[in-house]
Amino acid sequence: MGQILIRGAKILGGEPQDVLITDETITAVGTDLTVSSAEGAQVIEADGKILLPGLVDLHTHLREPGREDSETVLTGTKAAAVGGFTAVHAMANTFPVADTAGVVEQVWRLGKESGYCDVQPVGAVTVGLEGKKLAELGAMHDSAAGVRVFSDDGKCVDDAVIMRRALEYVKAFDGVVAQHAQEPRLTEGAQMNEGIVSAELGLGGWPAVAEESIIARDVLLAAHVGSRVHICHLSTAGSVEIVRWAKSKGWNVTAEVTPHHLLLTDELVRSYNPVYKVNPPLRTEADVMALREALADGTIDCVATDHAPHPHEDKDCEWGAAAMGMVGLETALSVVQHTMVDSGLLDWAGVADRMSFRPAHIGRLEGHGRPVSAGEPANLTLLDSAYRGEVDPAHFASRSRNTPYEGRELPGRVTHTFLRGRATVVDGKLA
Amino acid sequence: MKRHLISAADLTRDDAVLILDTAEEMARVADRPIKKLPTLRGRTVVNLFFEDSTRTRISFEAAAKRLSADVINFSAKGSSVSKGESLKDTALTLEAMGADAVVIRHHDSGAPHRLATSGWIGGSVVNAGDGTHEHPTQALLDAFTMRRRLVGVDAGLGHDLAGRRITIVGDILHSRVARSNVHLLHTLGAEVTLVAPPTLVPIGVERWPCEVSYDLDAVLAKSDAVMMLRVQRERMNAAFFPTEREYARRYGLNGDRMARMPEHAIVMHPGPMNRGMEITAEVADSPRCTAVEQVANGVSIRMAVLYLLLGGNEPAVTAGNGTSTRTEESK
Amino acid sequence: MDANSSEAGVQLPARPVLEGPDIARMLTRIAHEIVERAKGADDVVLLGIPTRGVFLARRLAAKLAEITGRTVPVGSLDITMYRDDLRLGPARTLARTDIPGDGIEGRLVLLVDDVLFSGRTIRAALDALGDIGRPRAVQLAVLVDRGHRELPIRADYVGKNLPTSLRETVKVQLTEEDGRDAVLLGVKETAPAGER
Repeated sequence: MGQILIRGAKILGGEPQDVLITDETITAVGTDLTVSSAEGAQVIEADGKILLPGLVDLHTHLREPGREDSETVLTGTKAAAVGGFTAVHAMANTFPVADTAGVVEQVWRLGKESGYCDVQPVGAVTVGLEGKKLAELGAMHDSAAGVRVFSDDGKCVDDAVIMRRALEYVKAFDGVVAQHAQEPRLTEGAQMNEGIVSAELGLGGWPAVAEESIIARDVLLAAHVGSRVHICHLSTAGSVEIVRWAKSKGWNVTAEVTPHHLLLTDELVRSYNPVYKVNPPLRTEADVMALREALADGTIDCVATDHAPHPHEDKDCEWGAAAMGMVGLETALSVVQHTMVDSGLLDWAGVADRMSFRPAHIGRLEGHGRPVSAGEPANLTLLDSAYRGEVDPAHFASRSRNTPYEGRELPGRVTHTFLRGRATVVDGKLA
Repeated sequence: MKRHLISAADLTRDDAVLILDTAEEMARVADRPIKKLPTLRGRTVVNLFFEDSTRTRISFEAAAKRLSADVINFSAKGSSVSKGESLKDTALTLEAMGADAVVIRHHDSGAPHRLATSGWIGGSVVNAGDGTHEHPTQALLDAFTMRRRLVGVDAGLGHDLAGRRITIVGDILHSRVARSNVHLLHTLGAEVTLVAPPTLVPIGVERWPCEVSYDLDAVLAKSDAVMMLRVQRERMNAAFFPTEREYARRYGLNGDRMARMPEHAIVMHPGPMNRGMEITAEVADSPRCTAVEQVANGVSIRMAVLYLLLGGNEPAVTAGNGTSTRTEESK
Repeated sequence: MDANSSEAGVQLPARPVLEGPDIARMLTRIAHEIVERAKGADDVVLLGIPTRGVFLARRLAAKLAEITGRTVPVGSLDITMYRDDLRLGPARTLARTDIPGDGIEGRLVLLVDDVLFSGRTIRAALDALGDIGRPRAVQLAVLVDRGHRELPIRADYVGKNLPTSLRETVKVQLTEEDGRDAVLLGVKETAPAGER
């Protein structure tokens, strides 16, 4: 029988209140709550910190099985906990690919064992991510992992017929296909956003239209077959327009944006530092502003990290040879505070919506993305929003250090994370 | 001057003119019985080539040797280690060997920039062509050739290319030569027009300090120099243009077109030429074509660059970034 | 380092020790000495060391032509790339080397400079000459010899011997470069300017 009293926390940024956790559940929310210390209850003085529902990431690369040199389920979930997450969706592009019930169950089990954060495996849409043959979507759904989100992320399901069939097929178990929108022919040899900077740097261009054309096709396909589709890591102003249009039609389209696309632009590539190499690439200032606005008005449903760990040697090289991707779990909330909250675009209730309620809903994840109220599972994140500090990758819980924010001052720091009533992070450190 | 030469954009006008003037003195060494200067004795120059380019490598090699530097040729092509490991590990090896300058040719845009800023090595980095990014010494030798031909060998000393109209024709999209030339020629006051089919002009070119035209015939009469770029035959399969024949017809330089250029105007080509594609044999072999001269000028320019980077305890100082180097000497 | 200190640090007012007419008189005398000692100077090639040595060489050539009635070949010899102190400062701007058409092979090369000081410039000039050809002999003419040699070098023709201390600076001005003819004696700034 464990009890934790969080005293004086601003729930979703509101007036300070007390929150009582008993075992795995929130049992009371109110003012002047008390606990008897004789019963061994723990009191946490929140001192006006922000209390959010545990964050949910729809897009995480945990790299296990296959690339344990960059991340494992254990280190990845530790990083997630430090970042305030209580659930992550583990992408399917592992070695072997998570395209069978066996692999997704393995990842799911590793998540259970880690204990830092719930791991919901994502299943591949096609066998081996090759875009040719549907993977056993039903079997993955029916497995212990209970897969509901399917994605070939890293690759685009570019064959229109395969995409149509996948969209239709997953309706049987309320699944969703999360599309990595990248027209492959338009992005052959692509190294960065195609535009003014790529023209100067002589790096192969990744045009916005390669993303937008796939999104346009897929929202039309989803409408045609009456399915829901989720768009991964939206990165352009044009993509926002298409999603906004699809939503205005009442179509079942959801979309995510990464923290880095809310902050960084392709101007950074002028340094040729591969830490800025990511797919989809960093875009322009105008795109960044459109993405922020779309996240604020709900056109973009959620923030997803696309946490993509890579070993040092894959970034400590020339641009062309470097791997694409950035770690993001441990900085996501700070970047969102900086770009969305401190800029006045979103309040904390909005952050809870975009980083917990909606992603949990899109993933049909039970027990996560719930309100902070009595009777709900105690998945909670306590944030010191007044904190300011430089990002130091040496302190990351992730096994990889490929952050674009090294040395950058960002606001906010997660001091406590609770997974079903158990503290996974205490005073900013892993419990 | 900066310590490295990565981009033509690194050069101020004074830097560029100093390099051209210095190259003019270096060119005179080539006419002497002993074509050698003791200046870089004891300095080590490494030619680090990740991409085959015999022409550029021997040009740098000749330049370094004429200045008495020790030259180490390091061809990293075909190395079994992955590309990334090989650049860093190779750099660390070169550093351990005490390279004073690394001349690097690499298939990836930005590799020289990375080498210069990574902290892997301490010496100067000279970009000898990186991916589709830049090839600054090619632009310098092109500007040197233009100044000699259009302004004059002696008359050109101390001068830039103000008001000269330079047309660059061909695969701008993939051309490091074009990128470096646009920067440098703009710095030197020339007016640059790029001519190519729209498929071979990069998105974003509107920010470059130059004009763009799709019509070669429209600009020929207004050109003091026409630079023809090599068109890789493999571009044909990527639908950049329908056929070689159509490309040659619309964007190739033939005798008729050359006749429409002003009398003093020259034809340039960085080589190797695709005769019959971007340039006909008649034009390539005409006295107005400076292709061979450009090769000879390349050695002078590279001597000048190596001297100005390595000839002192720091690179030459120009009016743009400090005091004059011309001080009275001890006698 | 003193030997390499430049005269950039001249502190005004520097005192003129020679004026235009003095310089003209000296050059005339040197020209006569050359004709006398070089037996008519018919194989002499004058090579001035940039910057001011070149102007002096041209003036000497004009005077020699006056005396002998023949044109005397005159050129310039830049010694920058042969200097022994290149690594003590930023890379230096080059000056023009201009060898007269008939070359220096088998001829009497007369090097001309404004001030003879440490002797290192002349050492470099001898090395530079060696890469260009093999003269019959090499001689040296200077306007001012201020002493303090660091190498076993002496001038064959001297306009004026000017005893100086190392704290002093000697600056030659010539109309072609400076707008007037003069030799100025000054005192170096307290901090040695030897770092350049």
